[in-house]
Amino acid sequence: MRTALFGLALTTLALALAATATGTSESQAQGARCAKAQLELKTPGRLTFGTDNPAFPPWWGGGETRKPWKVSNPYSGKGYESAVAYAVAKRLGFTRRQVDWIPVPFSQSFRPGPKRFDLYMAQVSYTKERDRTVDFSSSYYYVKQALVARRGTGLARARSIAAVRPYRLGAQLGTTSYQYIVNNIRPSQQPRAFDTNDLAVQALKNGQIDGIVVDLPTAFFVTAVQVEDGVIVGQFPNRAGREQFGMVFQTGSTLRRCVNRALNQLWLNGTMKSLQTRWLARVGGAPELR
Amino acid sequence: MLIAVTSTLVFFGTLGFLITRAPGWENFKAYFFDWEIYRESFPEVAEAFQLNVKIFLIAESIILVTALALAVLRSLPGPVFFPIRALAIVYTDLFRGIPTILLILMLGFGMPALGVEGIPLDPVFWAVVALVLVYTAYVSEVYRAGIESVHPSQDAAARSLGLTRFQSLRLVVVPQAIRRVIPPLLNDFIGLQKDTALVGTLGVVEVLRQSQIIEAARFNATAYVVAATLFVAITIPLARFTDWLVARDRKRRQAAGIPL
Repeated sequence: MRTALFGLALTTLALALAATATGTSESQAQGARCAKAQLELKTPGRLTFGTDNPAFPPWWGGGETRKPWKVSNPYSGKGYESAVAYAVAKRLGFTRRQVDWIPVPFSQSFRPGPKRFDLYMAQVSYTKERDRTVDFSSSYYYVKQALVARRGTGLARARSIAAVRPYRLGAQLGTTSYQYIVNNIRPSQQPRAFDTNDLAVQALKNGQIDGIVVDLPTAFFVTAVQVEDGVIVGQFPNRAGREQFGMVFQTGSTLRRCVNRALNQLWLNGTMKSLQTRWLARVGGAPELR
Repeated sequence: MLIAVTSTLVFFGTLGFLITRAPGWENFKAYFFDWEIYRESFPEVAEAFQLNVKIFLIAESIILVTALALAVLRSLPGPVFFPIRALAIVYTDLFRGIPTILLILMLGFGMPALGVEGIPLDPVFWAVVALVLVYTAYVSEVYRAGIESVHPSQDAAARSLGLTRFQSLRLVVVPQAIRRVIPPLLNDFIGLQKDTALVGTLGVVEVLRQSQIIEAARFNATAYVVAATLFVAITIPLARFTDWLVARDRKRRQAAGIPL
């Protein structure tokens, strides 16, 4: 009896040890699968990022210092998205010199089909439809949509979504900003859909539209730099859960899991928060329009 | 007749067979010919199409008049009218040379940006202006070809009857010229109908932009096929109507014994 009990205790101990041992080697195996040499990359040994050109602050920075990049230079590491990209790359074991950037238009990044990049960052929000054609990383920023108008106009005085409705709004074609206008604001005048944010901003400056909808940090850039008399009327509440930016991968990419691990570590050790403080500090609050 | 039917069946049958057996046909069909999405997007796309129809009807009415005026100005004879002829030539060269989309962007975004009081801001207005400027150049050349194809004896006979140059143009030459160039006029009109889609670059949600919005949301190109269907639907009756007009005109001329 005592022998049996002792045997049982020993077996249980052995099993428990085996279980923990397996657990360690499993995460070790996972870590090994994310080793730089084993990643499936477009160019082995180099991490190829894609983003849109021009690349705008506060997401990117460093000025126009590298062809063919306009307005900002993704290689600079300045700007929130660039900083996050290099932080993730470092976690994956890549030096700064081993990172490449290629320009890819925003709308092409989440279309079905093979990609020229390993991963893409250009304020692309996760949506169910997009997730069917590409894969997304976990969040690297939680988004709110905001409304920009010109100082002194009727729209600038709006305090609620109902007050916004009579005006002519615009946004970039194919963005969640445009979808937000159509699904949630539902203005009485047909909104305008522009090929790029720049054209929407030009139309706002011309007075051809009354307001544009963009994410909140971009709204701060637009009002600080692009539209002299621009004001942020307010930010909109998220509908159906928090909107989030994710990095875009080709469907089935094995890199995604490794990037998610890296992002998770960066959130946990406070890097993401400090990057946001550094690059998005000037993004203050804005009244909420309900 | 039997051979024609058999030949047609064999030809299209083989073609259909080869296409549907091609690898990727299923993907192609799902991406471009999704019937569900076709039905769902049709109302929105058709509503956006109304704007295109409005634009080309307004533009065409203006173009038919301005182009004729330009063609007449270009054919004014004599050295005293040289500056006018030169201006007309520069106009047609310039506006046939500039790509339509470029002109639409320049006028649609550029003119309102001048900030001058009283300049219309409406992008549809500037799109119509751009289309009129470009198509006047093309259509004026068509009219000019028509006018020059009318035998000079017609003009000579009219002048010898005591008509002035302008009266001869108005009553004798131009009516004949227009009848001759109805097919190429229609050709340019059809081209104009397609070019109304360019107003989408100014942000206006017309038929092509509406299809793009749907495509960007659903990742399916069937909305484009809806837009294409609408365009073809207006082109075919127009083409048949022109054929009928030309045939009727030919019959009348032959009956009256007028030399062609």
